[in-house]
Amino acid sequence: MPDMRFVIPRQNINREEFASSVPDFNRRSEMMNTDMGFKCRITNIVRLTEQEKLFQLRIVNPQERALFRFKPGQFLMLELPGYGDVPISISSSNSNHEFLELCIRKVGHVTSALFTIKEGAHVAIRGPFGSSFPMDEMAGHNVLLIAGGLGIAPLRAPLFWINEHRDHFLEVNLLYGAKEPSQLLFTYQFEEWEMINHIRLHTIVEHGDTSWRGKTGMITDLFNDISVDVKKSYAIVCGPPIMFKFVCGYLDKLGIPMNHMFVSLERRMHCGMGKCCRCMVGSTFTCIKGPVFDYWSVMNLKEAI
Amino acid sequence: MIYKVISKKEFRRFVDLLVKSNSSFGPQQVDMDSRGNPIYQFKQVQSVEEIAFDYTATASSAKHFFLPFREELSRFTFHEDEWEQKISYEAEPVVLVGLRACDISALNILDDVLLNGHFPSPYYLAKRKNSVVVGMDHLPLPDCFCKSMSHHTVTTGFNLFCSDIGDNYYLSINSSKAFSFLKEFETRDPLNEDNCMLAERRKLIQNSFQTEIDVTALPSILDIEFNSPVWEKWGDKCLNCGTCAMVCPSCYCYSVTESFDTNLKGSTREKKLYSCNLVDFAMVAGGHNFRPKNGDRLKYRYYHQHRGFAENGNQQICVGCNRCGRACLAGINPKDVINDLRMEKESCLTCVSSSPART
Repeated sequence: MPDMRFVIPRQNINREEFASSVPDFNRRSEMMNTDMGFKCRITNIVRLTEQEKLFQLRIVNPQERALFRFKPGQFLMLELPGYGDVPISISSSNSNHEFLELCIRKVGHVTSALFTIKEGAHVAIRGPFGSSFPMDEMAGHNVLLIAGGLGIAPLRAPLFWINEHRDHFLEVNLLYGAKEPSQLLFTYQFEEWEMINHIRLHTIVEHGDTSWRGKTGMITDLFNDISVDVKKSYAIVCGPPIMFKFVCGYLDKLGIPMNHMFVSLERRMHCGMGKCCRCMVGSTFTCIKGPVFDYWSVMNLKEAI
Repeated sequence: MIYKVISKKEFRRFVDLLVKSNSSFGPQQVDMDSRGNPIYQFKQVQSVEEIAFDYTATASSAKHFFLPFREELSRFTFHEDEWEQKISYEAEPVVLVGLRACDISALNILDDVLLNGHFPSPYYLAKRKNSVVVGMDHLPLPDCFCKSMSHHTVTTGFNLFCSDIGDNYYLSINSSKAFSFLKEFETRDPLNEDNCMLAERRKLIQNSFQTEIDVTALPSILDIEFNSPVWEKWGDKCLNCGTCAMVCPSCYCYSVTESFDTNLKGSTREKKLYSCNLVDFAMVAGGHNFRPKNGDRLKYRYYHQHRGFAENGNQQICVGCNRCGRACLAGINPKDVINDLRMEKESCLTCVSSSPART
C-alpha cells in the first residue's frame, strides 16, 4: 500500500534552472525551447542545377522573425516534420530579416523529401548554431574566398556582407571550382558580383564541355591568376573535405597567417547543441566551436581536415 | 550533508515503505553468465525483498533512467497543410535503490555535460529532478578500476548514501526529501565507533582494488599517440557492435530519427542512444565517412572517455566501472588499451618490432 507520507511529488522544471552562462543566440535555452523549431513558410524555390535547389524561407510568427538574427557562416537545423532535420548553412544576407535562403543539395533522406515539397509548405528551423566568420576583423584587408562545389553556399553569407560593406574591404577575389560547368551554382549572380560589387571572379571546372570557355583543372590552378598581398589578406575556404588539405596547404605556403585563414567544416549532426557528439572533431564539436574554424585551430585539432 | 546511523532492519523497513509508495527500481539477479556468475540488472521492484542488496554490479548502468534508449523529443501532428509541434519535458518520479558510487559519479558527470553546457537539456533535467537516488558502497569487482579514476567514493549527486558498517548502515543524507522521510524511522547520530567503522570500511574498499590503470597525463598521451599503431591493433579486433557504449554509465552520444505514425496524422522525433563505434557514426550525406576505420572510431571513444571535450572542460567521462570491458565480445578492455598506449614494456608494439635485442 502506498504510504502518502512517502510518495515523492512530481516536480516540474523551470527556466531559472537554465542559467547558462554562455551566450545563446536568440535566448532559446532560457525559454527552454531548444528543441522547438521556428515555423517557416517556404516562399520560393529556385532550381539551380539538377542536384541543388535554393529555398527561400520566411518565419511565420512576426515576433520570432524579429528575434531571429544570425552571423555569416552560421548554420541552422532545418526540420521537415516526419522526415528529420539536417544541418544547413545559411546562404543569405544577415541584414535580410525577412527571408532566409538555404542552398540544398539532394543527397540524403531528408533533402530528397525536401525536393518534393512545393512553395507554401511549412518547415521548422532551429538555430542559428555555431561560430561565424569574423567579418569585422577582416575589414581593411584583401579577402580571398575559395569555394569548391557546394562550398559556395556558406560563402554566400560573407559574400553578401562584403557586398553590403564593399568600401571596408580592399581587393576581393572569389575562386570557385566545380566538377562540370553545369554544376556551377549561382551563375546568374556572377555578373552582378563582378560588375556592381567589383569582386574578381575566377571559375574553373574539372571537366569542361563543348560550350565551356573558361579554364579547366583543379581549383589550385587558379592561384596562378591572382596576386595577393599575403600580409594584408584573409582567406575563407569551403569545399569538399579533400579540398581543404590542398588549398590550405597552398595558402600556408604563400604566407597567409594561420589565424587569417578560415575554413567551414562539414560533419554529421543530429542536435546542433553539442549533445549528440556526432560532429566531434578532434576534441571539440563542430556545432559549437565550428563550423567556422581558423586554420590554426584546424591544425591543432586532430582529424579536422 | 547530515550523517546518521540506522540499523539494517530499520533500513529495510524504510526502503520497503519508499519502494511501496513510489515507482522504484533496484538490482535484481536476472540470469547467470557462462561461468556461473550472476548477472544483475536494475528492475522495477515492489518490495524490499526483491532487492539484491549484496549485488556486485549491474550489467547495464543506471543512466538509462535518465537517458533511455529511445526517448521522444517532440511530436508533430498534421492537419490539412498545417502541422503543429509539441514538446513536453515531464517525467514521473522514480526511486533508484542501490546505486554504486561509480554509477552516481557517472550521473554527476552527465549532469555536468548535459546541464552545464551551452544548451542545457530539459529532457534530462526533468528526469534527474524527479529521481531519488539511494546509493550503497560495495567491494569492487576484480576488474573495476574506479580508484584509478578517483570515482570509488562519491560526495554529491545522491539523496542518500549508505555505507555498510557491520550491523548498521552509515547514512550520508544529501537532500531534505530523504531527511524528512527518515524522520519517521529510528536513527541516531554517529558515535565515535561508527566513524571508526566507516573509516575502516572505506579503507577496506580502497585496498580491495585489484586493477589499477595509470592515468597520469593521459589526455596529453592520447593527443601525442594519435597515430599510434595501438589503435589499429585494437581496432582490428573491434566488431563495431556498440555494446560498450550501451553499458557505459556515462556515454551519452545519440542519434535523432523521425518517423510517421501509421495513420500519417502525426510523426515523432525520437532520440536513440548511439555508439561512436558504429560504422555510420560520422558518415555524412553523400557517403563520405570521416572515421572510416575501426581503429579511428575506437580511438574516438577513448578520446571521449579519457581526454574529454573542450566544451565540457576537458573532463574525463570514464568512471572506471569496466562494464565495457566485461561486455565486449572481442575482449577489448580499457586497461589493456591504455597500457598499450602508455607503451608499457610487455605490450609496446613499436619497441618490440624495432628493438635490437629482438632482431
